[in-house]
Amino acid sequence: MKLTKIAMAGVLAAMVSAPPAMADLVFPALSYRTGPYAPNGIPFADGYADYLTLINERDGGINGEKIRLVECETGYNTEKGVECYESTKGEGALIYQPLSTGITYQLIPKATADGIPVHSMGYGRTSAANGKVFKWVFNYPATYWDGASIAVKHIMDQEGGDLSGKKIALVYHNSAYGKEPIRTLEELSKKHGFELMLIPVDHPGQEQKSQWLQIRRERPDYVLMWGWGVMNSVAVQEAANIRFPMDHFIGIWWSGSENDVEPAGDGANGYKALALANPGGDYPIYEDLQKYVYDAGKSAGDGTHTKEVLYNRGMYAALLAVEAAKKAQEIHDTKQIDAAMMRDGMEALEITSAKMTELGLPEFGPEFSVSCENHGGSGVGKIQQWDASAGEWKVITDWISADREIVDPLIAEDSMAYAQENNIEERCN
Amino acid sequence: MLYREAGDFKTTYRADEQTFPIRSERWLFWTVMVLAFAVVPFFINDYWNKAVLVPFLVWALAALGLNILTGYCGQVSLGTGGFMAVGAFACYKIMTAFPDLNMFIVVVLSGVVTAGVGILFGLPSLRIKGFYLAVATLAAQFFLIWVFNKFPWFYNYSASGQITAPERTILGIAVTGPNSLPWATYLFCLTIVFVFAWVARNLTRGRIGRSWMAIRDMDIAAEIIGVSPLRAKLSAFAISSFYIGMAGALFFSVYLGAAEVTEAFGIDKSFLALFMVIIGGLGSILGSFLGAGFLVLLPVLFKNIMVNQFGWPTDVAAHLQIMLIGGLIIFFLIVEPHGLAQLWRLTKEKLRLWPFPY
Repeated sequence: MKLTKIAMAGVLAAMVSAPPAMADLVFPALSYRTGPYAPNGIPFADGYADYLTLINERDGGINGEKIRLVECETGYNTEKGVECYESTKGEGALIYQPLSTGITYQLIPKATADGIPVHSMGYGRTSAANGKVFKWVFNYPATYWDGASIAVKHIMDQEGGDLSGKKIALVYHNSAYGKEPIRTLEELSKKHGFELMLIPVDHPGQEQKSQWLQIRRERPDYVLMWGWGVMNSVAVQEAANIRFPMDHFIGIWWSGSENDVEPAGDGANGYKALALANPGGDYPIYEDLQKYVYDAGKSAGDGTHTKEVLYNRGMYAALLAVEAAKKAQEIHDTKQIDAAMMRDGMEALEITSAKMTELGLPEFGPEFSVSCENHGGSGVGKIQQWDASAGEWKVITDWISADREIVDPLIAEDSMAYAQENNIEERCN
Repeated sequence: MLYREAGDFKTTYRADEQTFPIRSERWLFWTVMVLAFAVVPFFINDYWNKAVLVPFLVWALAALGLNILTGYCGQVSLGTGGFMAVGAFACYKIMTAFPDLNMFIVVVLSGVVTAGVGILFGLPSLRIKGFYLAVATLAAQFFLIWVFNKFPWFYNYSASGQITAPERTILGIAVTGPNSLPWATYLFCLTIVFVFAWVARNLTRGRIGRSWMAIRDMDIAAEIIGVSPLRAKLSAFAISSFYIGMAGALFFSVYLGAAEVTEAFGIDKSFLALFMVIIGGLGSILGSFLGAGFLVLLPVLFKNIMVNQFGWPTDVAAHLQIMLIGGLIIFFLIVEPHGLAQLWRLTKEKLRLWPFPY
């Protein structure tokens, strides 16, 4: 057919004349602003982009090297993720942050072969925390298994230290993402003697009536949730509908943004979620953002998501990447770093509270350092609670650290299995 | 003009019955094949391989499989995604159980396993027809996905339920895994698609294909003239599933490299394959390729034009792309309800007479 030929010629033209590679630091963003996961994908992508714009506008780039952000829409879909990865890697991509556990799993072998670091911040494959096996993959500052352990620790605090005979339900996205914490929770249930109930929710999670009916019938003492996208707000709404005590309902840090609780109105009051970093927008960095990005008309989004949890998290992801790039420039004594140097920078990354203050985000995230063995960071989290009348998240605990006794052996076991499957030699010895 | 048929005489039945009876079309076909086999591998890069050509070939194979069942035998199926999952998981289990096995054999074996499952789910077709059968195959889709999600044996007890393709070779050349070279994976898929498209074309022209078409056109009449519905329908299910299973195996092992059953083989994949067949042309081998090209390549093309050329925001581009594809589907189905293959057929007829149409 003639049109097909025209189309093919068009494909050819479109691909041959790809924009020329400039001597910039290329940060691809595999974002998603469409589809059922967009409510969460948009604020993160905006935060990521705005922080990089700020660095370019205020500091003139990283030590004078401009950053070029290459955004590619994945729709949280692995096939589009592959397309995005292949189309951006040729431009000199320094770091991938796909914001999807499924895409992360896909990229781990590919990026390892191509020598480009992947930073799955608080998501992805938990056992990638073992840097001895996963040279190119990082998931600092905390992993899912840390999250599961932190949540259970918080429940123990609530219950006075004893969980025997209690019933905890896990409502999870029926995918690699949602299944991640199961193994840790099983170990924890053995250790603390609680009963674990698994309740999967299929993609995209718009329909959860039967799951919450089951919860109403079996009356678990606590409900944990590993949800993402529309699934979060639907679950919070359903929990409110069955009058489940909201302070006994705890989400992972991906189920704890404003978008997730606002639709349920007052019903969401008291809902808890883990926090990778402090919520809220009371940071000096927002003054700079206002001046250099928002007022200059350079913000990535429409401005409705600033100061939200996921916006801050996108900013945090960009901040960690920029700091790693600075570190890499320092180690290799060159401004024009490549992906391998970037990896060295990530491995030597150290975040102290003095540094966070200097960057305009005092007391925002935890202190941690990355090493050759440990790519998972400090593994701490806080618990935040939604206050519906004030319309904001309130932090109710200090940093809680994960139960390393449980998490570390699991990480070792899973990463060793991966090393064996793929004939990987241990590093750092 | 474009087709000069002067002097192109057929003196044998064989010549008259060949797949491409027009000489210039034969030339076109072989030129494209030479280009695809001997030229493209030298120029292919990762992007063309993983984002354009391999997905196209894999989906063409799946559409071919569904076309055998729906287009030639008239049995509507909404279970394509499920059958692809069977192929993918069979491939994964065989790859991990027999690490030294040639990848080509692994893919064919995955197809065989899927054929078995296909026969099983084809049994209801002996009693139910049309929309009712579509619902029965829809059940297959959901059941199969549930099975692969529920029983950890299928994904070798991995914590996340993900299956990841290890590196496997053909004659020492890696065709799966992250270290495989673009030309190797491309040629591997191309060879499989070429061989089995050839087989499909000849099957549909032979006795089995005619029995399928007889069942499709009027099953009672077919039965009266001696076509066994049992054999015709089940063979269509088996062969169709064989193709879809191979497509699923390639989809997982060569194209994606890692897959998760609910995301990679959901109901949307069943619809995608069905749309390919309908847009490409029911009961046409060429149609399977055109349909796959339409639904796999156009989105990538639009994305590249809108984002890379015009520099539009990615979300605007993504939404526009959905609208454009939807509009084009409606446009083509209005222009030619029998699909792109029929459009090609008509164009060809016109070109044969051009510039002196009567």
